[in-house]
Amino acid sequence: MTQSPASPPPLYAPREPIFPRRVKGTYRTLKWWIMGVTLAIYYLTPWIRWDRGPNLPDQAVLVDLAGRRFYFLWIEIWPHEFYFVAGLLIMAGLGLFLFTSALGRVWCGYTCPQTVWTDLFILVERWIEGDRNARVRLWNAEWSFKKFRLWMTKWVVWFFIALATGGAWVFYFADAPTLARDLVTFDAPLVAYSTILILTATTFVFGGFMREQVCNYMCPWPRIQAAMMDESTLTVAYRHWRGEPRGKHMKAEDADQRGDCIDCMACVNVCPAGIDIRDGQQMECITCALCIDACDEVMERIGKPRGLIDYLALSDEEAETNGAKPRPIWQHVLRPRTILYTAMWSLIGVALVYALFIRSDIDLTVEPVRNPQFVTLSDGSVRNAYTLRIRNLTAEPRAFRVMLTSEEILRIDVESDGEVANHVTVPANETMQARVYVIARPQDPAADAETTDLRLWVEDVETDDRAGVATIFNGKG
Amino acid sequence: MADKKDIDEVTGTDTTGHEWDGIKELNNPLPRWWLWTFYGTVAWGLAYTIAYPAWPLINSATQGVLGHSTRAEVAQEIAEVNARNAEVSERLAAADLSTLSPDDPAHRFGVAGGASVFLANCSQCHGQGAAGVQAAGYPNLLDDAWLWGGTLEDIEFTVRHGIRNDTDPDARWSEMPAFGDILSDEEIAQTVEHVLAISGQEHDAAMAQQGMVWFEEQCSACHGLNGEGDRSLGAPTLNDAIWLYGGDRETLIETVTYSRFGVMPAWGERLEEFEIKAVTLYLHQLGGGE
Repeated sequence: MTQSPASPPPLYAPREPIFPRRVKGTYRTLKWWIMGVTLAIYYLTPWIRWDRGPNLPDQAVLVDLAGRRFYFLWIEIWPHEFYFVAGLLIMAGLGLFLFTSALGRVWCGYTCPQTVWTDLFILVERWIEGDRNARVRLWNAEWSFKKFRLWMTKWVVWFFIALATGGAWVFYFADAPTLARDLVTFDAPLVAYSTILILTATTFVFGGFMREQVCNYMCPWPRIQAAMMDESTLTVAYRHWRGEPRGKHMKAEDADQRGDCIDCMACVNVCPAGIDIRDGQQMECITCALCIDACDEVMERIGKPRGLIDYLALSDEEAETNGAKPRPIWQHVLRPRTILYTAMWSLIGVALVYALFIRSDIDLTVEPVRNPQFVTLSDGSVRNAYTLRIRNLTAEPRAFRVMLTSEEILRIDVESDGEVANHVTVPANETMQARVYVIARPQDPAADAETTDLRLWVEDVETDDRAGVATIFNGKG
Repeated sequence: MADKKDIDEVTGTDTTGHEWDGIKELNNPLPRWWLWTFYGTVAWGLAYTIAYPAWPLINSATQGVLGHSTRAEVAQEIAEVNARNAEVSERLAAADLSTLSPDDPAHRFGVAGGASVFLANCSQCHGQGAAGVQAAGYPNLLDDAWLWGGTLEDIEFTVRHGIRNDTDPDARWSEMPAFGDILSDEEIAQTVEHVLAISGQEHDAAMAQQGMVWFEEQCSACHGLNGEGDRSLGAPTLNDAIWLYGGDRETLIETVTYSRFGVMPAWGERLEEFEIKAVTLYLHQLGGGE
């Protein structure tokens, strides 16, 4: 070490406050719509009713953790069908790959909850305190009654939005109207209150105070995206070749040698990440496209073509510098990579839909009793026991006939609460266990064979729908 | 130093001012909230060790001001479950098993609870699957042969009082003499051939013919003329396919010569009333109940 500074620079930096200016334009309008739709979906979904008959809950989307069921409109997922959820997660992952390789961080910029709620919180901030300049002035002002009143109003509104956000989450896990009443009368379970408390706190802090810090320091996605983007990926960029050298336009002598950028800082002032897009692609950029709107507005005003800041791929800058025409969007998006992602995504989607349509509303698993493998009866017969789990996936109780098929002669006895019966009645939407005995008489070959293949069946007494499982019979051999 | 920022030329980033052989250390400051979060976790960690058992001492550890103990938590959970089951277990304890409906919650509770009573107390001899151990003479409880009867009433009595024990005066009791002192080896061999014959196994017909005489004279009082057994005496059926100790020639000779004396403890004093009823219900539904 050759030198040691007397006072080293600070190793921890405070957050630089960002005051995004209001902007109007195509992308801003699109974002307002997306915000409205996504927030409406989030807040309203638990209140949609869906009639499933008297035995099942009537909430359209319900994650019933205690009952181990997931209800989604007409679809009901049991724990053993969790592959549907796994498949959806894989589709979500592939979808993310697809959109990132085609459109960069479009998820971050438009639909990420962090972006949507931050946008909402900034909207509230602007309603109460005014636009960028007013907010900067208020931030720098000495403490006064006005500052206190404005900030307190803002915080209270934020708090209620956060409370509604945390509150809406728990409604996905219980009957919403009942839980809402219980929450108000303090009869709701503790976990509901603690979940609301935690989510209210995170929404309030992340949306109101941390904002881009969440993206820059807490979220892994900005780092992962680099691996998924390539030189053809569309991302928000500045046409360097067109804008530089930048300068205040006016009537300077070298005006015609200057580029289109008049250095008005509009793109910087509207940026919720607090960056300058003209510095090139950078980690903090969530591609919210607000700088495109801001710049287009200015370009229009000074009579220059739009698109100084635009959706561009990295390779476009070089090509356009050399005089090539801007490439159309579809040429960016339609590439082997994105086509492959789309194909994989669709394949899994089709497979899931197929699996959904072919799935039976009866499900049977057979667990042969292996301790002991067989029991010899007093007349020399050999008996095996099987535990059947019969799932009735419908909303009505159903009676099932239990049967077996085998190449050899075997007899079946079904035990229901100690009584020998040949029907098992399974209540609606439940799993029932039944103990089944299969018997080979001493003279039957199965009694002396080591194993005999058989298939156990349950058959709906009324509709004759059936499900079968192959298993084996252990003999004395 | 502090007034002039030292900027690295290549990256345009601040440096800490440290330099080793021309290599400068860049300064990408962490956010300050991260630092406070870190302090917060340290404080939380310390508070946690005060609130909960944590610091090791010489013979024990600090107990924590909240008085939390996982052992006490388990005890409390068990007590809660028992309290929840108190009503149904009282109902089961007072029930008459022969008239208890299978739909009664007490019945379902008994079958499920009886399984764990069985595993904890009975499986050591009768095996986890209740299939018994033939080599040691522990009866198989799954089949349809019962020494002392397989009705709910019979099973409950056997569980409560046991078999051939000195602790319970009501224990089921019977004793087979050791015929090694009564019959000659040849006579025993002939008797065994007869038993093989009535149970449908390979045998020497001539010897069996002779053995029938000894059987009628010595064995039929308990085991019956045809070897059908007698449950009131716990005398096993000999003309079926089920054997307590084994039905081959060698084992039968050993049994007749030296006799057998299987013992089961009385569980009446050891188990709760509802546990006895529960394990009875459980055994009865294993496939052999009468």
